[in-house]
Amino acid sequence: MFGPLVAKPGSSKDNKTGSWRMLKKPRFLHENCVGCGMCKLICPEACIDKKDKNFYEPDYSYCKGCGLCSYICPKKDIVMVKEEE
Amino acid sequence: MRKFLEGSHAVAEAVKLSRVGVISAYPITPQTHIVERLAEFVANGELNAQFINVESEHSAASVVLGAEATGVRAFTATSSQGLILMSEVLFNIAGLRLPLVLVCANRALSSPINIWNDHQDAVALRDSGWIQLYAENNQEVHDFIYQAYKLAENPEIMLPVMVNMDGYILTHGMEPVDIPSQEEVDKFLPPYTPPYKLDVENPLSMGLLGDPTVYLETRYAIQKTLEDVLKLIPKIGEEFKSIFGRKGITLLEKYKIDDAEDVIVAMGSVCGTVKDFIDKKRKEGLSLGLLKIVTYRPFPKKEIFNLLKDKKNVFVLEKAISLGSDGPLYTEIKSLFENSLPKICGFIAGLGGRDITFNTLEEMLTIGRKEMVSSYFLDVNHTLLRDKFFV
Repeated sequence: MFGPLVAKPGSSKDNKTGSWRMLKKPRFLHENCVGCGMCKLICPEACIDKKDKNFYEPDYSYCKGCGLCSYICPKKDIVMVKEEE
Repeated sequence: MRKFLEGSHAVAEAVKLSRVGVISAYPITPQTHIVERLAEFVANGELNAQFINVESEHSAASVVLGAEATGVRAFTATSSQGLILMSEVLFNIAGLRLPLVLVCANRALSSPINIWNDHQDAVALRDSGWIQLYAENNQEVHDFIYQAYKLAENPEIMLPVMVNMDGYILTHGMEPVDIPSQEEVDKFLPPYTPPYKLDVENPLSMGLLGDPTVYLETRYAIQKTLEDVLKLIPKIGEEFKSIFGRKGITLLEKYKIDDAEDVIVAMGSVCGTVKDFIDKKRKEGLSLGLLKIVTYRPFPKKEIFNLLKDKKNVFVLEKAISLGSDGPLYTEIKSLFENSLPKICGFIAGLGGRDITFNTLEEMLTIGRKEMVSSYFLDVNHTLLRDKFFV
């Protein structure tokens, strides 16, 4: 008898890691963004995408709320806010 | 062809005839001669395999894990501290359902450092999901290798086998060993065809995260498969006998037990001494027999119970102890003979973070009041389980 052991590539997409987020989530203010892309590069979940010029957004289905994007942003244009805000 | 061989070389001959593709090992007394001889076979072209030298037993086990994952028949051997250093990887090999065969030259554990034989190393790994066989002599350990691969690689089993041989007593002891021809072995042991493997043409992932919703089922599946192993071992033993003419693997071996009042229970090479002792005592008028445990994991509970239930005295003789408790074999055999009140049932729950809720406890009460169970899994999601590998 066998339990679930192997998976085809791409299965990590099924794992919605956004449910792991606790207390805080990043809010992208879209006020002073200079388009450096540091938030996209540092995101350990690779869930931040460039939607437009100087306009980045995270996918909250996968964002674990680690806060690295907020920490690295040179323009302080990403802030960590309480989940319910 | 009969050869006068030490047990280590008897193992190396069997591994060669099993046509393994990858061998990785780190030398440790008293296992060294096994892999030394295999390294010679590879170097002189007698065995077409890769021998991968590594810096530790942890790496050796990791190499053969990787080899098995790519669908190659692999082999490693170790002993004592080496087996314990491998232990992290050994649990993974069973969890990944890879049919590796490992020979453990049984030796005591440190400290103090001791290079001589007991069973503490292998017995400490009894909960890992590996099948464990214990050999009495050099012919048995040689024959166990072919049968271990046959058993492990059965597509419905896919579990690793640890073949245990007593350090020095067998590894360095010389005995005549009947070595079969390559044709005979090939007839018994076909090439390994894995049900799945790591393959760039058909990519898949192994060793994934098994969160609380699936982990318990992977353990349940191993437990159920080990029950199937109990049924398969006698069949493989019969098939072995039909080709090679010698007795094959069994769950247990009886020696003058049927008419015996008292029975000694033991594993490994000491059974030879015990058999001679029984012959001596029988001449003195004592009604004594031996029950040899060949298959220690899975533990053949029913068979042991039936053979011991009408006996007067049972003497469990073992070379290991669960410090702070009793000998593991004693504990397990004693647990089979629990007739008086209270009825004691055993339940498994909460593996891998599965929540134990009131519903779990209700199920436990319902089952425990109705049946006699010893390792009943609670909260199993049967929709996650299949008879064959699946993606």
